[in-house]
Amino acid sequence: MSSARAPVSGAQSSGARVVLDADAIRRAVLRMAHQILERHAGAAGLLLMGIHSRGVPLARRLARDAAEIEQVEVPTGTLDVALYRDDYAQIGPRPLARTHFPVDAQGMTVILVDDVLFTGRTARAAMEAVIDQGRPAAIELAVLVDRGHRELPIRADYVGKNLPTALHESVRVRLAEHDGVDAVAIEPARRRS
Amino acid sequence: MLRHLLDMRALDADTITTVLDTAEAFGDLAARPIKKVPTLRGRTVCNLFFEDSTRTRVSFEIAAKRLSADVLNFSAKGSSVSKGESLKDTALTLQAMGVDAIVVRHHASGAARQLTRWVDAKVLNAGDGGHQHPTQALLDLFTIRQHFGRLEGLHVAVVGDVLHSRVARSVVQGLQTMSAGVTLVGPPTLLPMSADAWDAEISHDLDPVLGKADVVYLLRVQRERMREQFIPSIREYARLWGLDRRRLGELADHAVIMHPGPMNRGVELTADVADAPNTLIAQQVTNGVAVRMSCLYLMLGGEQREQPAAGDGRSDLSAVARR
Repeated sequence: MSSARAPVSGAQSSGARVVLDADAIRRAVLRMAHQILERHAGAAGLLLMGIHSRGVPLARRLARDAAEIEQVEVPTGTLDVALYRDDYAQIGPRPLARTHFPVDAQGMTVILVDDVLFTGRTARAAMEAVIDQGRPAAIELAVLVDRGHRELPIRADYVGKNLPTALHESVRVRLAEHDGVDAVAIEPARRRS
Repeated sequence: MLRHLLDMRALDADTITTVLDTAEAFGDLAARPIKKVPTLRGRTVCNLFFEDSTRTRVSFEIAAKRLSADVLNFSAKGSSVSKGESLKDTALTLQAMGVDAIVVRHHASGAARQLTRWVDAKVLNAGDGGHQHPTQALLDLFTIRQHFGRLEGLHVAVVGDVLHSRVARSVVQGLQTMSAGVTLVGPPTLLPMSADAWDAEISHDLDPVLGKADVVYLLRVQRERMREQFIPSIREYARLWGLDRRRLGELADHAVIMHPGPMNRGVELTADVADAPNTLIAQQVTNGVAVRMSCLYLMLGGEQREQPAAGDGRSDLSAVARR
């Protein structure tokens, strides 16, 4: 989440720099799907959980690519972490989305999927949300973009693109399912969330 | 987004929709092995009940606990209230102990609003006299929307003791805000004098209303609030306004029956109708928890408690509590 949902002034906002286009995103997701299958020698026991909102279509794309690579179906669910965030007292309530586990998380290797890894706070909240559903065998993290600036001891297992950024910049991920177009851009926005 | 929850008139359609949408996500929690989320950890919710209530108090208590809030139950019986303490002093005591939200039920209309003038805590009205019961209305709207997929354009017959019913006031206002149609049905003695101003149809006869209603909402006959002879007898009420098997047959096939509880079997509805498959009464109770979680979640986040300006007339007690 994080900076991905920063100012939505439009694609042409001044100073925006596109760092991944649709083809680059497609290749990055495909590579991550290969890496996931390679590391686990297949898809048995895997559960992909897309973190709302843009982790959800990314998880579906990973599942689709995995299905094409090895003709396996990876169960894919959605995870909303708003109730587990550590900034409720400061920021206040956020809109809630549905959490859906297609299978019991107990004993599964849960792969959390998000668009941007930034402070790590969303990933921390997501881990807690998953563990409340049952004790998974392991939890891994797949992100399209790792922009750095971690505030917690968290790293991603699968990264589409490492993107060094300045703190005052904002990474904007747009995905066709949500935004009509695939693109990752760096914008000189000031807001940090 | 919500400072206090006192009155359904204060909620516009967008706010109601947000409460109901949020409640849907909380509804999923009930199906999980761990039905608790850490969101309100460290917050304290006080149930301050000056009137008897089981389902509303328990529902609020479960809602707060599933959000990990600490819950204090304070009922008038067996408390300092029975020793003559006023609402104000009780409120200031709770304030001094640092509660974040007060869920209040009181026999006097306007008690919840009065409370907001004395405390910094968020106040949720759980029923004030004959005035309002907003969380009941919200859970009813949620239940209707869950069943029909919408509220707009539905027709709801609200039957019975409208005069004494805070539930009726809240439900009717909520339905109207969400563009549903309402017919009030009951004997003239049990409809308020001001019912003409409610912008609802009025019928003193139940039978002609049955066929066109999507929802029949039966109100409890509140004998404890009736200080005069409003109806000749309970038997006559049941015959004229009660929902029995014959009347059940007059309903449209898709119509549903609701009741805010506790119901008087044999009065508002016969026992077999209460157990008919097209009643949503059990769902109303279930949904009450999710809707109240939604209200607490939407009200208790964000900026830490506001610091009131100095010299605002609050007692020293509350000033001490804020330090």
